[in-house]
Amino acid sequence: MPYLHSTPRPDTADWNTREWWALVKEHKFTVQRCAACGTFRHPPNPVCYKCRSFEYTWQPVSGAGRVFSYTVITHPTNQLYKEQVPYNVALIEIPDAGGVRMVGNILDCPNDGIRVGMAVQMFFEDHPDGLTLPQWRPSPG
Amino acid sequence: MPWEFRDKVCIAGIGETKYTRWGKQTKSEFALTCEAIINAASDAGLPVDEIDGFASYATERQMPAHLASALGVKRLRYESLHWGGGGGGAPGGAMNAMLAVATGVCNYAVAYRSLCQGQFHRFGQGAASPNAVVGMEQAFRAPWGLLSPPQDYALQARRYMHDYGVTSKQLGAVAVASYKHAQKNPRAVMYGRPITLEDHQASRMIADPFRLYDCCQENDGACAVIVTTAERARALKQRPVYIMGASQGASYRGAAWIHNWPEYPSAAFTEVAKDLYVRAGIGPKDIDVAQVYENFTAMVLLSLEDHGFCKRGEGGAFVEGGRIEMGGELPINTSGGNLAEAYIHGFELVIEGVRQMRGTSTCQQPDAETCLIAGGPGVSPCSDMILRR
Repeated sequence: MPYLHSTPRPDTADWNTREWWALVKEHKFTVQRCAACGTFRHPPNPVCYKCRSFEYTWQPVSGAGRVFSYTVITHPTNQLYKEQVPYNVALIEIPDAGGVRMVGNILDCPNDGIRVGMAVQMFFEDHPDGLTLPQWRPSPG
Repeated sequence: MPWEFRDKVCIAGIGETKYTRWGKQTKSEFALTCEAIINAASDAGLPVDEIDGFASYATERQMPAHLASALGVKRLRYESLHWGGGGGGAPGGAMNAMLAVATGVCNYAVAYRSLCQGQFHRFGQGAASPNAVVGMEQAFRAPWGLLSPPQDYALQARRYMHDYGVTSKQLGAVAVASYKHAQKNPRAVMYGRPITLEDHQASRMIADPFRLYDCCQENDGACAVIVTTAERARALKQRPVYIMGASQGASYRGAAWIHNWPEYPSAAFTEVAKDLYVRAGIGPKDIDVAQVYENFTAMVLLSLEDHGFCKRGEGGAFVEGGRIEMGGELPINTSGGNLAEAYIHGFELVIEGVRQMRGTSTCQQPDAETCLIAGGPGVSPCSDMILRR
């Protein structure tokens, strides 16, 4: 059962990001990295902001993360979220990918137990409609 | 060396419609836009058909050519939109109008913003409905339930409060000031509805750390200003209000998606504010009153820091003790602003800035000679303007 059962779906066919989504679907967790200068970037982008190279690789990363910030959402944006609140959304910093940040949910942790700086580990959450999302849970760090 | 455009252009007229809670207007957004422009021209003593430039920002729906035709303007010479989401273009649209008249591209530009959330889409309901397919930045946030502005800004506010020990009560001081000022302003949607800090603290949580009163309203209305050269402005009806300086844009990678911008936390003004002060030839100590866009209270603290009124992390202490209220050292959002007057994407703050410089605000700062207007904390591009008497 996904953490949130009813959310917008990402456009996984987008030219600039489809390769990352395809790897996620295969349960491969990567961060885009410039092939010329090694700079990490996320979300995926066709050109390196440091050296302007269009060449890149998909760097496998361990999935170790740190909570950079978070919120607990208690007010539903509309009717369809009424049964989903309260839920948390966190910004996760990826230390072994240059500190890029990703949005995720933290599972297996009470909302009031989330802290800035908390160590978390990525896992893949497969949805019934075929979507796969990287998600997070507390780890010993 | 001062900016060549300093004091060369004026705001000569202001116009507004009635402001309402979302869904409470009886006229269309287009009709309200026309009304605001006609009111601004009338205030300036300018025949509407002399307007030859139109400038707006963000997702403005009412387009210049359509407006110009509907209003029967004789000649359309200039039209522009300050790109970007959010209210980052609140003074930026007026700045584009200013540049157009300063360079002779047109003579009388109207800068305007219409926003009827009740007739189209309420910002608070999020950018995407469940089960919609979303692209661009939304694809990297909406699937995890990060949907609406308060949720998004809560992430930066949480980190800010964590790093600097800023408290919810300090955020509340911003809301209390706006509501206090709105009680003097019969145009304000929250006129007659004062709040205390206790009311702020007791208000329901929306997205932690934001409570209800930390969030701007959702309103319907339109407003406009007439921008022209100082020489032309002096021939019109009102005492001209001079544009000392204006700036727009973003810091390095300021719009890197999903909170990947490097300067964190920040309201995204640091570099834009530097340009502003250089162009105006004055600094934060010379500002008498300010209109500081409040999408969310915490962003006002960060804006005040970005503009040099205090150091990074000191915004919480700065807003305490009535410093930002009428009679304080730096009154802000003297009409009630986005929180308590009306959220017309911050353009109502430009109008209030003009009122302060005319001496006609309902919360007039005595002898105020300069007013800073900051549009769109946390968005890139954002924009700034300094007005003077």
